[in-house]
Amino acid sequence: MSHLVSIDDVDMRYGGAEGTLAVSQLTMRVAKGEFAAVVGPSGCGKSTLMKLVTGLHIPQAGTVIVAGQHVTKPVSIVGMAFQNPTLLPWRTTLENILLPLEIVEKHRHRLRANKKEYVAKAEHLLELVGLKGFGSKFPWQLSGGMQQRANLCRALIHEPELLMLDEPFGALDAFTREELWCVIRDLHAAQGVTIVLVTHDLREAAFLADKIFVMSARPGRILREHLVPFARPRDLEIMYHTEFNDLVQQLHGEIAQARVVA
Amino acid sequence: MTIVTDNTKPASITRREPARINWVKAAPWLYTLGLFLAWELLVIALDMPVTILPAPSRIFEAVVQYWSPLLKNSLQTLFTTTLGFGLAVVGGLAIGLFIGWSKTIYAGLYPLMIGFNAIPKVAVVPILVIWFGIGTIPAVITAFLISFFPIVVNVATGLATIEPETEDVLRALGARKIDIMLKVGIPRSMPYFFGSLKIAITLAFVGSVLSETVASNYGLGNMMSSAQSQFNVPLVFAGLLALAIEGIAMYALMAWIEKRMTGWAHRSTMAN
Repeated sequence: MSHLVSIDDVDMRYGGAEGTLAVSQLTMRVAKGEFAAVVGPSGCGKSTLMKLVTGLHIPQAGTVIVAGQHVTKPVSIVGMAFQNPTLLPWRTTLENILLPLEIVEKHRHRLRANKKEYVAKAEHLLELVGLKGFGSKFPWQLSGGMQQRANLCRALIHEPELLMLDEPFGALDAFTREELWCVIRDLHAAQGVTIVLVTHDLREAAFLADKIFVMSARPGRILREHLVPFARPRDLEIMYHTEFNDLVQQLHGEIAQARVVA
Repeated sequence: MTIVTDNTKPASITRREPARINWVKAAPWLYTLGLFLAWELLVIALDMPVTILPAPSRIFEAVVQYWSPLLKNSLQTLFTTTLGFGLAVVGGLAIGLFIGWSKTIYAGLYPLMIGFNAIPKVAVVPILVIWFGIGTIPAVITAFLISFFPIVVNVATGLATIEPETEDVLRALGARKIDIMLKVGIPRSMPYFFGSLKIAITLAFVGSVLSETVASNYGLGNMMSSAQSQFNVPLVFAGLLALAIEGIAMYALMAWIEKRMTGWAHRSTMAN
């Protein structure tokens, strides 16, 4: 199995030489097609990790390699989704989903001529996340959960090899969140995309991921790596099994300890 | 509702319908009428001399009597105001986009703009007269100078407040600055821009009338100042009335344009 993401001994400091050290000696690897989750105490540099992998920040020390390439500028093979769906209110949902295609070098020149093909693809994605027929609605006509589904479609439209999710379900109610866990689980299974999920929700991490990274308090580094043993496809039912709860409890303990140390 | 067996009920509803008055719609007219009535009564009650405060009836008399110079000067003022405002829209949009483009430009130019805006425009008119003589040109330029600031500030604010997440999503895809501006920044600042037009147009009237009063042979400002020197107070008030009407009309036009262009920003009214 080749690694899609390799991070080696990375230091990232904000605001010059005297600034805060956000991550230090960070090392982690994510294999192609894998679903990785990153958990840790708040302010541990999880969002910094997102920006390092996508090339929005370049580290002062160490190397970040994505898809065999040294990351020195933004890598367009990545799709991103945040807790805030940030859909543009003057565009319909469908036009919002097509937005990355107007940016990514590979697609922007083909978009006008092959509009039909791309629209069909967007509508297929909408169907996958359960938003069939909502493409012509404006984002503010959708509920929070529906906006987040559309946000996932936007992150996937340019067929990224890597999907980076920064607490995408943090602002949703418990039931909608579980529904979207299943959506993302099915997307992962269907599209074979590599996913890195940054989250506070340990059950979310345990339910979705193949591998869970536990980060320390600032400056962030990887404390432990857990392989999640549950077979796929997973059902929401597994959250009531003892093994699942043991894993969640163990994660909880490690993060609580990391907080105390800090 | 369509299949109602008891058909006396809908009939009674339709009968009552015409009697109902939409008070909200009627309110602006009624309040204006009320203002004029109260004014008229006050003048009668205090027995005001016409050289101090003419009654509305006397002002309307002046409107009829002087309708030709009033119309001519109103059109002149409307012309200088609209021209100055038009320049302010173009210039304000351009400078706003320029300032909002980068944090450095924003930091550098913003204090200059504030300082410039703080200068009373009446102090600038004499300089304009030295440069361009009296008449139309200083009026247009004063209208421009006074009205472009709110446009600049609003456009720049719209650009400067792009959500960082949106920017991250696009930059991670390899978007250049120009892409982010075209796809997000400019559409996003449009509600701010159209909103600022309502403020700018009323300020533009202030600018043009100010310049006409100080340095012109045309326009409502000039007409009012010469009427005042002849103690023709009803004509001064007729000029004010004309300005108020032009101001309301242009404001309404800007509000209408705002609503047409950026309906998405008024989402609550559209969702219903």
